Amino acid sequence: MYRVINRTLIVLLGILFIMPLVWTVLTSFTPSIEVITRMNPFSVKNPTFGNYLAAWETIPFLQYYLNTIIIVLGILAVQMITVTLAAYAFARLTFIGSSFIFIVFLVQIMIPPDILIFPNYAIMKELNLIDSKLAIMLPYWASSFGVFLLRQTFKQIPVDLDDATKVDGCKWWQTLFYVYLPSAKPTYVAFGLISVSTHWSNFMWPLIVTNSVESRPLTVGIAIFAQSFETGAQWGTVTAATVLVILPLLAAFFFFQRQFVDSFMHSGLK
Amino acid sequence: MNMTRRFSINWKENAFAYALLLPSLVFLVMFTFYPTFKSIYLSFFSSTFGAQSFVGFEQYARVLSDDVFFKVIKNNLILVIGTVPTSLLLAIYMAIWVNNKMKGNGFLRASFFYPTLIPMICIANIWLFIYTPDYGLLDKFLSLFGIDGANWLGEPGWVMYSMIVMLIWKEAGFFMIFYLAGLQNLPGDVYEAAKIEGAKPFHVFRKITFPLIMPTTLFCMIVATTNAFKLVDHLYIMTKGGPDNASNLLLFFLYETAFSFWDMGAASVLTVVLLVILLAISIFNYAYLDKRIHY
Repeated sequence: MYRVINRTLIVLLGILFIMPLVWTVLTSFTPSIEVITRMNPFSVKNPTFGNYLAAWETIPFLQYYLNTIIIVLGILAVQMITVTLAAYAFARLTFIGSSFIFIVFLVQIMIPPDILIFPNYAIMKELNLIDSKLAIMLPYWASSFGVFLLRQTFKQIPVDLDDATKVDGCKWWQTLFYVYLPSAKPTYVAFGLISVSTHWSNFMWPLIVTNSVESRPLTVGIAIFAQSFETGAQWGTVTAATVLVILPLLAAFFFFQRQFVDSFMHSGLK
Repeated sequence: MNMTRRFSINWKENAFAYALLLPSLVFLVMFTFYPTFKSIYLSFFSSTFGAQSFVGFEQYARVLSDDVFFKVIKNNLILVIGTVPTSLLLAIYMAIWVNNKMKGNGFLRASFFYPTLIPMICIANIWLFIYTPDYGLLDKFLSLFGIDGANWLGEPGWVMYSMIVMLIWKEAGFFMIFYLAGLQNLPGDVYEAAKIEGAKPFHVFRKITFPLIMPTTLFCMIVATTNAFKLVDHLYIMTKGGPDNASNLLLFFLYETAFSFWDMGAASVLTVVLLVILLAISIFNYAYLDKRIHY
């Protein structure tokens, strides 16, 4: 009996959780005039693409998409390099002050760049980088989380392999490239998914350091757009714009569900 | 980390290690350590109207005795109390009931997890419409039962509850996946024994499952508490911290102080306060909880 009750509860909870998304998608296909007047908020009598066309015309989506993609990939590309090198040092080398350096890295996990917005803004101003994509990316080019994640994986690779490649005359970077990179592939995928989805969503920092269409990411663009409307008549356009921002994330989640859930589970490791 | 002490120092290996660490260290120093010390330094200087002057702790006294600061800290605490226990309990409940191969569980897991992936800004856009008086999804639903909804985001008495519900929706699914992983590692024979003994399901949960997944709970608790101080993007869209700072949070107040009021001194003090809070949470985690997790 208790099974039936709990099963019912969990299904109801599931429906409750999916409701905001369903409603948003349906509203984005509803003509603006009907959004307010309709009695049932889930009925779409005359489905239309009008909201999407309106959103696409009012917001420079193409530019914003491009900006977000450049920022997200720019962060990931540099992170991959810094993280791999540091993780290798931590996993395989003996050096003086290693525990101290370990704590230095740990500090970034305790104090994430997201809360240093004010002093970092001052630094970007000194560097003359305000209103550039570079300013958005720079604070995230070191990732202690990535270093610790990868260090764990690197440690599990047999040291014998290292020595074997050395005997074969491999340079250290060849060992890294041909032994470590392929063996740690799942970890790289996990880190990549977390990094990309985090920075796709980032808002406060880009909001502060940008002030032009050329450097703004999607999140900031859509927030500025949504700010200009408060009346119900614009619900269709705003929901359509929202769907356009989250669609790539949801599509990626739909196709790589397993990897996504596994990756986010990794964010629990220290 | 490395316990094998060598009596001769391998300088080549040392140099190599530091060369590999250098790229990360450069960015850490520039955008974590330098700004941290810069904030501490600036917090002792008053710098309104362009000119800087040393004021010492006077500025701390000014900022910390401010009514808005008090309100903001109170709101942050309400948010922690309101979101952390509920979202963790909900996460455990969800994990336990979707942790089998039953039909439809894949869909349920996805519907619990997807809010994790949606940017806060988009969540704010969606929930602003849910909470809109009369026309919003919530009020339309309540009107089915003849209930007149409140002005969810406009009344100081309601706005924090509205935010708490939204954040629980956003975060519960994220914690669920950690519990799902935790449940996979539980010993099956203990449950067999409980079953033979005829233990009641809730009893099994309280006496076996809950204590065994304690490490997961502690980890999620730390993440959830930290998030309560970091997640503020939605305020920009939904309330701007209002009405009358009823929904304002420390990080958003810091943003306003720095970039709307341009009070550099106060912004530095607020940054230091936030630093201290987050450091305290982490130190509590590493020094106290980490030792207790491995029982």
